[in-house]
Amino acid sequence: MEFNATLIGEMIAFAILIWFSVQFIWPHINNAIEERQKKIADGLAAAEKARAELKDADARVADEIKKARVQASEIIDKAQQQANQILDKARADAVSEINRQKAMAQEEIASMAERARVELREQVGSLAVKGAEKIVQREIDAGTHKALLDQLAAEI
Amino acid sequence: MLANTPEGGFTGYIQHHMKFWNLPHVGEGGFWSWSVHMDSILISLVLGVLFSAWFWMKARKATPGVPGKGQAFVELVLEFVDGQVKDVFHGDRRILGPLALTIFVWVFLMNFMDLLPVDLLPWIAEHSGASHFRAVPTADLNVTFAMSITVLVLVIFYSFKAKGTGGYMKELFTAPFGPWLAPFNILLNIVELLSKPVSLSMRLFGNMYAGEMVFMLIAGLFSAGSWLLYGFGIIGYTAWGIFHILIISIQAFIFMVLTVVYISMAHDHH
Repeated sequence: MEFNATLIGEMIAFAILIWFSVQFIWPHINNAIEERQKKIADGLAAAEKARAELKDADARVADEIKKARVQASEIIDKAQQQANQILDKARADAVSEINRQKAMAQEEIASMAERARVELREQVGSLAVKGAEKIVQREIDAGTHKALLDQLAAEI
Repeated sequence: MLANTPEGGFTGYIQHHMKFWNLPHVGEGGFWSWSVHMDSILISLVLGVLFSAWFWMKARKATPGVPGKGQAFVELVLEFVDGQVKDVFHGDRRILGPLALTIFVWVFLMNFMDLLPVDLLPWIAEHSGASHFRAVPTADLNVTFAMSITVLVLVIFYSFKAKGTGGYMKELFTAPFGPWLAPFNILLNIVELLSKPVSLSMRLFGNMYAGEMVFMLIAGLFSAGSWLLYGFGIIGYTAWGIFHILIISIQAFIFMVLTVVYISMAHDHH
């Protein structure tokens, strides 16, 4: 074991190195590391937040879509109802129109039949008179036998 | 290499390699002299400046954004050291962190000189005018004791700082056997205190000295004059070199961790 001034020199050198590390090396690198750690932590937190927000938005969108679907089906239902109503009304209108037309036609038919019957009756009267004339070969006084002829016409 | 050694022979080779480049040259023996081991000072200063400049360069350009590979490496080292310190010491790490970093990297770099070919630096130095050259500063007791004594000073400083003068004195005289055995207590505490730097520096020195010696012994095989031994030399040098990577890292790590443990113990109250 032989010690000499090297010991003192190395102690001074060691002390200077420690001082240099404390002063110029450690704080800078450590700060950079800690700042980066903070950045990464912030980034992760932001990502987490964004994910939560996205989930929220997804839920909202799904909700909106569901609502829209319900609304659409409501509208379709209403439209169908309306269409049915219109159809029903149209059908009823048509039926009543048909009935009206039918009634009118029947009335006309009835009146025409009446008129034909009247004419026929008159013609039958004169035919009968002509026939009788032919049968009796003489002229029947239309005035005196009118009551008889009318009775005949009514009977036909 | 054998031919270059003035003494000649394998023993001479090793003896030559075990001598420091000592200036001003004084006679052997004695516990203390005012000479300087130029080789230890030169290598340790070059490595210390290398460490400082390298880390300072990266620290100056350190960005909290995406780090470059150089910065990432420096940060990796720093975070490793910081993690070790954090495990042991629960307090402000603004001094202890850089202290541990300095010890770890500097001791590692000095130990690393052991992995250079054992004759390389001595050969260069001796062709540049040095009388002798030992390349591994941590195989010099002056260097290891310089660090461990500095650590001891820090331990004492932090003991005073954490406990106050009165508190620390009280602890020195009363722990662990109580006030009635104060003389024993102070004796025990002084031994405990002094054992720290001695064990720290002796452990590092012993490992590096032994490692260096083994490299030299294996290197002796290269000039043993037989191709078989030459082959053994290559295999042995490679194997010991690979194993030594582990040793130099572990020794740097142990020196760092024990320093942190000692200083953190200085903060603890008994």
